[in-house]
Amino acid sequence: MTVEPGWIREGTTDGRLVLSAGGDWTVAGAGALEGLVKALRPGAARDVAFDLSEISALDTAGVWLLRQAARRHEEAGARVAWEGVAERFRPLFELVEENEGKKPERPPRVNAVAAAITRLGRNSIEAGEETVALTAFIGQTTITGLRALLRPGRFRLVSLTNQIEQTGLNAMPIVGLMAFLIGIVLAYQGAVQLRNFGAEIYTIDMLAITIPREIGVLLTAIMVAGRSGSAFTAQIGTMKVNEEIAAMQALGLDPMEILVLPRINALIITLPILALFSVFVGMVGGAAMAIVSLDMGATQFLGRLQEAMTLKHFMVGMVKAPVFAYLIAVVGCYQGLRVSGGAESVGRLTTRAVVLSIFLVIVADAVFSLMFAAMDI
Amino acid sequence: MAAEAVIRISGLVNQFGKQVIHDGVDLEVMRGEVLGLVGGSGSGKSVLMRTILGLNRPRAGKIELLGVDISRMDADARAATQTRCGVLFQDGALFSSLSVTENVQAPMREHLRLDQALMDELAALKIAMVGLPPDAGPKLPGELSGGMRKRAGLARALALDPEILFLDEPTAGLDPIGAAAFDSLIRDLQHSLGLTVVMVTHDLDTLIAICDRIAVLVDKKVRVGTMAEHLGDPHPWIQEYFHGPRARAAFASADGGKG
Repeated sequence: MTVEPGWIREGTTDGRLVLSAGGDWTVAGAGALEGLVKALRPGAARDVAFDLSEISALDTAGVWLLRQAARRHEEAGARVAWEGVAERFRPLFELVEENEGKKPERPPRVNAVAAAITRLGRNSIEAGEETVALTAFIGQTTITGLRALLRPGRFRLVSLTNQIEQTGLNAMPIVGLMAFLIGIVLAYQGAVQLRNFGAEIYTIDMLAITIPREIGVLLTAIMVAGRSGSAFTAQIGTMKVNEEIAAMQALGLDPMEILVLPRINALIITLPILALFSVFVGMVGGAAMAIVSLDMGATQFLGRLQEAMTLKHFMVGMVKAPVFAYLIAVVGCYQGLRVSGGAESVGRLTTRAVVLSIFLVIVADAVFSLMFAAMDI
Repeated sequence: MAAEAVIRISGLVNQFGKQVIHDGVDLEVMRGEVLGLVGGSGSGKSVLMRTILGLNRPRAGKIELLGVDISRMDADARAATQTRCGVLFQDGALFSSLSVTENVQAPMREHLRLDQALMDELAALKIAMVGLPPDAGPKLPGELSGGMRKRAGLARALALDPEILFLDEPTAGLDPIGAAAFDSLIRDLQHSLGLTVVMVTHDLDTLIAICDRIAVLVDKKVRVGTMAEHLGDPHPWIQEYFHGPRARAAFASADGGKG
């Protein structure tokens, strides 16, 4: 199809202003056509005629623009007549005429300062409400969990094993890689800094304390929050959008029992295992680096490690893992169930789930540190 | 008007794994007609539509859309053809993070360079044309009812004044009054804008009310004809479809409406 650019020309016959338009008046050329229409200057002419006999193609955008030109003349006080409108374009004219000018009212402008204050207030109220709702959700999961304890048949084994595979087994490569690299980094930094004091042998002590006690568990929890917490929100949120959750409730199935409980239980089982794995791999990474940069043999390293590493530090680290797991899973599932509307909501709440669960993990870690300090562990 | 085929399909084969959906489909859609596409569940109505739109690569066969072979199109030609086709998906498929007005403007923004003010005017015009109230424009799709979402989807499909309009089950999920209103809306717009309409539908009332010809997907092929021709077709599925109790009720109400 060849496109003939639209044009409009002014002429005068018998004291009337005649505007002849031709070519394609379609949305494809609407930008240029709008320029032509705006360039027309309504003058003193009382009688204006639009001659459309040379128009080859016309659509709603073209009709709207032609009528816009006519409106400008009418506003200047002219009478407008239409000539040469082809029969096939008549219904189009009627359609546009019926429907133009139905524009939504612009929302009133809001003062920027007032808007900022309003937003602050709204966010504060929402944060308060969310705290209450999350607490209620934790209570709900506890009740569901206790009820399931009374009737163990209610634990969904298939779903539990599936979640364990997804959150645990499939996470091992990335968690292992991360732990190995962190071990290397810690050992290298420790060796470089402690060498200034001639105390590089204490690099091993540092590894033996920080990795099992803090770094191994914390970094694994953060990795799992990013990997599985987000997946929980996205899965449950998408089911919410598809009305699957509503369907479950209508069929008398409890989403808490079917979706939430297996995910929480799976994470409570897998996160400690992943943390243990990451401590082990982290120590291997640290050992590799220490042996290379400290010029010591593996036997010497292991000997020192045996002295430095105690069960206490290891237990302190592992105790935290199930708590972190619970926080991540609860937040992930809670945000998933909060999804409403469409895809955009899923994305927003998934982000929120990851940010909130990592934040809560770090807060919990700080609380643990205070507790252990008070207990002199 | 000379009958010009805007869509020409020959020897189309679609296959997913071992399951053959279409086996030698031939179909021509003429400019300015309303073609209904019917068939049992799983007979490949939606697949056929998606194939014509280039969303699904056929195993074999040739499809000409507005005179161009779609398998040989480069990206520019494809974009140019797409601006001449409007699609209404089931349930609208509106972009959920954009308001209705922004949804209607999305194709304009992508394919044309227009002033924001002009786009606002054109979007308002399209929204009014599909029968939505002006205050629907700033709303998000999530705030609309199902029927309004369909109308908003239609407004987006009409954003660039297409020549061909594809509708996937336009009246599914609407109440009978809403469905009838939607039928007449499509008929009016088709008449005013000179559209060619291809619609997948299960709604016999729609078929009777607005379709010029009907393409029936049976036995992995297409049989095209007017309603009268299909009524005389001896194929058992077509017989059952057009002579079943629901069809009789639809014909009765259509006659009643006319008489």
